[in-house]
Amino acid sequence: MQQAIRICNKEFKDYFVSPIAYIVISIFLLVTGWFFFTTFFYYNQADLRNFFSLLPITFSFLIPAVTMRLFSEELNVGSYEMLLTLPVTFADILFGKFLAGVLFVTVALIPTIAYPICIAFMGQLDWGPVAGGYLGAVLMGAAFVAVGLFASSLTRNQIIAFIVGMTICFTLTLIDKMLFFFPRTLLGVIGYLGADFHFKNISKGIIDSRDVIYFLSVIFIGLYSTHLVMREKN
Amino acid sequence: MIHVENLTKYYNNFCAVDQINFDIKKGEILGLLGPNGAGKTTTLRMLTGYFMPTSGTIRVKDYLLDEHLLEIKKLMGYLPESAPLYHSMLVFDYLDYVARIRGMDKSQRISRIRQLVDLCGLDEIMHRSINELSKGLNQRVGLAHAMMTDPEILILDEPTSGLDPNQIAEIREIIRKIGKEKTVILSTHILSEVEATCDRVVIINKGQIVADDMMENLKQAAGQKHFIHLELLNADFQDVNDQFSRVEGIKKIQRIQETQNGHLSIRLTCESAADLRKTIYQTIKQTSWILTEFRQETKTLETVFRELTKED
Repeated sequence: MQQAIRICNKEFKDYFVSPIAYIVISIFLLVTGWFFFTTFFYYNQADLRNFFSLLPITFSFLIPAVTMRLFSEELNVGSYEMLLTLPVTFADILFGKFLAGVLFVTVALIPTIAYPICIAFMGQLDWGPVAGGYLGAVLMGAAFVAVGLFASSLTRNQIIAFIVGMTICFTLTLIDKMLFFFPRTLLGVIGYLGADFHFKNISKGIIDSRDVIYFLSVIFIGLYSTHLVMREKN
Repeated sequence: MIHVENLTKYYNNFCAVDQINFDIKKGEILGLLGPNGAGKTTTLRMLTGYFMPTSGTIRVKDYLLDEHLLEIKKLMGYLPESAPLYHSMLVFDYLDYVARIRGMDKSQRISRIRQLVDLCGLDEIMHRSINELSKGLNQRVGLAHAMMTDPEILILDEPTSGLDPNQIAEIREIIRKIGKEKTVILSTHILSEVEATCDRVVIINKGQIVADDMMENLKQAAGQKHFIHLELLNADFQDVNDQFSRVEGIKKIQRIQETQNGHLSIRLTCESAADLRKTIYQTIKQTSWILTEFRQETKTLETVFRELTKED
């Protein structure tokens, strides 16, 4: 675990010594800020519902862009060989990179706390759904990071890693909006697979174990598949 | 120290390493030689645990590779081919990171990095970004990476590739220095490098070991069959052939070049270690040929290597 934290440290620092972190965070804040505040005043309601409803879509674009380099770059440069011959296990590398990704998503979310603070001055803000929303955002972010890591471990090409990761995240987000394509008997199951559906529940301020378990299982499946890919590669 | 048994590696259906066996003793510098694609790098990657062997066992000290991988990794320092380092990091940050992963505390890290800076000559580049470094400097940082914990076993994959002659001499000096106490395995296709640094040579061709011997033995065995090269004026091949066929111990007479004006170069293959120079000289003295060159060629490591690894 100590090794994982050391790797996480390095990966996290890496984001901030290159321009990636600043670009991604700026774009994230611009997009969410713009879409949230352009419609905010029409509704005349002091809540963050619009902000959170947009989050799954923005995350499906942004998170694969953040995670795409985690394995692909190392595979491409060959530094993976140096990393793997240091006294670390697959699990150390995997958790280190995963934690770095989750930490990054959390850092990207921190500036948006300015939104509820501003709104609280304008009206009566219910803090329950806001707290739930942020918890859900971190959970969903972590799930997407796990998916992105998996995509990154598949290829040494970062662009392919991005597109594969984005496709999976996008499908998870939108699948519950496409239910009319599926037979009636499968509706329940496929509806349950949608990340958006579970995130909506949490961001209402209802923390249901089903939703938490859903995100935890996506994380687990993502990380476990990455582990399998890593083992297979050697 | 290291014991390798029936090591085999398949990539899909391609057999990269085929049932190789060898032992490496403590304090030995082993040179792994072979043409491109012979399986050198694959062998080293399996020794370091980067690739899992398809079959066979690797034992390092008392540890089996597939059970105690982490312990083995702690004993080893490995420099992969062309030293792929993290591009965006500064040299100091990189070495510090490696030291952290190797579990060194702050004071240890600083003193060890200082030692390595002196040893590998990194003084002026500590605060430069790795992607700005030339190939040779990059290689030196890689060497520092491999030697971080002063490991008992050092595995170097083509350590001197891309270096200038001065740096090559320096790195060889470092390797020899380390090799006095540590076990070093290095792969290369530069023969003079092996001659200059290694105690023992393993030659690999197409995934199989074709020679495994101490440097001196290999050279001695190579020297047993030797050639004598002669340049004569005023002679023709038929005549020369007749004369030398009568000399006992000459196995083969080869014509290398013959010109119109009677200039002839020939090569005599001698049978054993017996020195025939005296007899040959006396044979020539009895004739009217003019001797312009007389030289003995012993087989070098290069010829051994070529014979063992040539395509057929």
